[in-house]
Amino acid sequence: MSQNNSQSDSIQNPRVTWEGCSVLLDINDGDRLVFARLSAGSTLKIGNKTYSLQPLIGCPFGSLFQVENGDQGHCLARFVPSIEGNNIQEKGDFESQDEIKDNRALVDNNKAQSLTGEEINAMRSQGATGDEIVEALIANSATFEKKTLFSQEKYRLKKQKKYAPKVLLRRPFARSICEAYFKKYPARIGFLRVDALSLLLSMANVSANSDVLVVDMVGGLLTGAVAERLGGTGYVCSTYLGSTPYSIDIVRIFNLSNEICKRIVRSPLTDLSLSQNGTSEQIHQQGDEINQQGDEINMECLSNNQMSSSVGMEEISPTENDTSDVISETTVSPVNKTGKSTKAGNKAPKQAIDLWKENGFSSLIIAAPELDLWSLLKDLLPLLANSAPFAIYHQYLQPLATCMHNLQLGKMAIGLQISEPWLREYQVLPSRTHPCMQMSAFGGYILSGIKICSSS
Amino acid sequence: MLPIDPTKKISFTRHICDGDLVVVYERHDNMKAIKVCQGSVLQNRFGVFKHSDWIGKPFGSKVFSNKNGFVYLLAPTPELWTLVLSHRTQILYIADISFVIMYLEIVPGCMVLESGTGSGSLTTSLARAVAPTGHVYTFDFHEQRAASAREDFEKTGLSSLVTVGVRDIQGEGFPDEFSGLADSVFLDLPQPWLAIPSAGKMLKPDGVLCSFSPCIEQVQRACDSLRSNFTDIKTFEILLRTYEVREVKMDCSQGDEAKPGSILPRKRPQRAIEKGNEQDKLSSQTVMARPCSEAKGHTGYLTFARLKCLS
Repeated sequence: MSQNNSQSDSIQNPRVTWEGCSVLLDINDGDRLVFARLSAGSTLKIGNKTYSLQPLIGCPFGSLFQVENGDQGHCLARFVPSIEGNNIQEKGDFESQDEIKDNRALVDNNKAQSLTGEEINAMRSQGATGDEIVEALIANSATFEKKTLFSQEKYRLKKQKKYAPKVLLRRPFARSICEAYFKKYPARIGFLRVDALSLLLSMANVSANSDVLVVDMVGGLLTGAVAERLGGTGYVCSTYLGSTPYSIDIVRIFNLSNEICKRIVRSPLTDLSLSQNGTSEQIHQQGDEINQQGDEINMECLSNNQMSSSVGMEEISPTENDTSDVISETTVSPVNKTGKSTKAGNKAPKQAIDLWKENGFSSLIIAAPELDLWSLLKDLLPLLANSAPFAIYHQYLQPLATCMHNLQLGKMAIGLQISEPWLREYQVLPSRTHPCMQMSAFGGYILSGIKICSSS
Repeated sequence: MLPIDPTKKISFTRHICDGDLVVVYERHDNMKAIKVCQGSVLQNRFGVFKHSDWIGKPFGSKVFSNKNGFVYLLAPTPELWTLVLSHRTQILYIADISFVIMYLEIVPGCMVLESGTGSGSLTTSLARAVAPTGHVYTFDFHEQRAASAREDFEKTGLSSLVTVGVRDIQGEGFPDEFSGLADSVFLDLPQPWLAIPSAGKMLKPDGVLCSFSPCIEQVQRACDSLRSNFTDIKTFEILLRTYEVREVKMDCSQGDEAKPGSILPRKRPQRAIEKGNEQDKLSSQTVMARPCSEAKGHTGYLTFARLKCLS
């Protein structure tokens, strides 16, 4: 089953990993998120130990892995939870027995745990599993029995994270990639929250066979998300001002097939502009030269990355560990580069550019926090087919307000709206349902509208 | 509606033809879907519009009535359709819809199950997301509603992507033929917990389920039943705050008439611009934005869960 999936081109979104595929590793319920490319040589560091990622190859996404003591020392092994998880019984217990206990007997004097660090280390060296250590800690806790069942579960989970870490194998999708970046490195994706990204894709009517023009200064997240929706049809054309394309490195984290990657192209705005048919030859030549340069620069960036961390592996992890104390080091050994490297973001073919000039793009999405929005939009809007929708993201309101006002005055678009999504997560537990204590207060603003025919 | 047929794709050269579905835009809060029919007319408060005047014009055109009133003719999209469809039930709107598509990880080629169909607002977006090779099977226990939905998908050109079935999913579950084949399942049912075991059977391992419920009690019970076979259970509420933008004149003069610091909103900002700033030397024009005072305060809770991977 897993073997068949090594050719990912035939299958849109394979559910089983293969050698060379990109994965998102969720360590201990989101405490640490690591993007990795699976190969025989790739490894993951948890705590002070390094584990081979080899056992993850050929496993279904969604699989859970645990550290086990094997013949060759510690390794990651598949952990299959039983269907009737202990959850059910425990949850039942919560409801029936919970009410009698409270925290009146708990004294915070740091003496509750009688097991010392040396004793734990001794257990480890004798080959005790993480789960056994957790059980020992519970048995030696003076206060565990006095806790409510709910806080007992919390305690168990905390110890489990430290002594028996779990690794969840997840598919890198626009959803998980955006969430991972937003959680750990929001600045790299321009603080674009997943609900705002969803809105951009919907408002711009991204659908199979459409030709989507994007200005992506959010690391390639937008380009990748659009390509994912196109599924190897149409085009996503990432345009840029000047001679150097903006980085779309995040695209490599998506498991996009070659077919899909071919549909991700880049073109400088000057090449797309309608007015430059006459001297286009010259401009093309210039553009080519500059582009080559640009590519070289890009390659350099990549190899630098490789030295510091690795190509195709993006470590997303908090530098200091707030909740989980197990993770002291976050370095990851480099992954070899043998994984298939489909080249996304080639220069847009001349044929395609000519077609866009003739027909116009079917939609436009801008996420360019560093550009002057109105002057950009003035150049881009004429490239859009009439009645085509557009959506512009910004983390500040004012540039969008100015754009909206100018579009209204110029009668260039209708259905104009600035919206700000608000997303709240809930904790849902028996008798304990409430909004989560922490929430993201801001996910960005979006200006959306529909281009209309100019009145002249 | 979708560019499944490349000749129907919007472009500079694509013109409105007899038989096309167009969205007639009066204002942002007043739109209507109309099938263009030679010889037919549209009558509204702006006067009488002849369809024959529309044929041959590009989408996005401004067209005039006999009284010189005007509307815009737009190419339909799932977003516009959500604003113009006939409400046979409460429907989902863009914020929830876009989030559902993203969180259900729906991409071209996916197979998606939905119940109930309702007015088909979400279904239209599901169809766009699975196109061109995937499929949406949607079920409603209400025969007439299912038939109306089928007609709508015919009208919007989505019939090849959507199959509407009449079935009580809470009572009977999804049909066995889809067992283990669904990439994602969406439930909008009064008692979702009754359908969750069946949804679990339909999903591929690691497939995602979403249940939409307006009431927290429904969420509570749905989550209880999800815990046995599902993982990564998350409940969200998503709302949109919209902003209104206007150009305001900030008075900077020290004169007697003007109160310092007062804001004088301009209803017609374009006039002010055309006139130029000569007589307004002592005031400055600023574009300002503020949240609209009315908004939807609640639509529903979205609960997502992933089928545990046991094999």
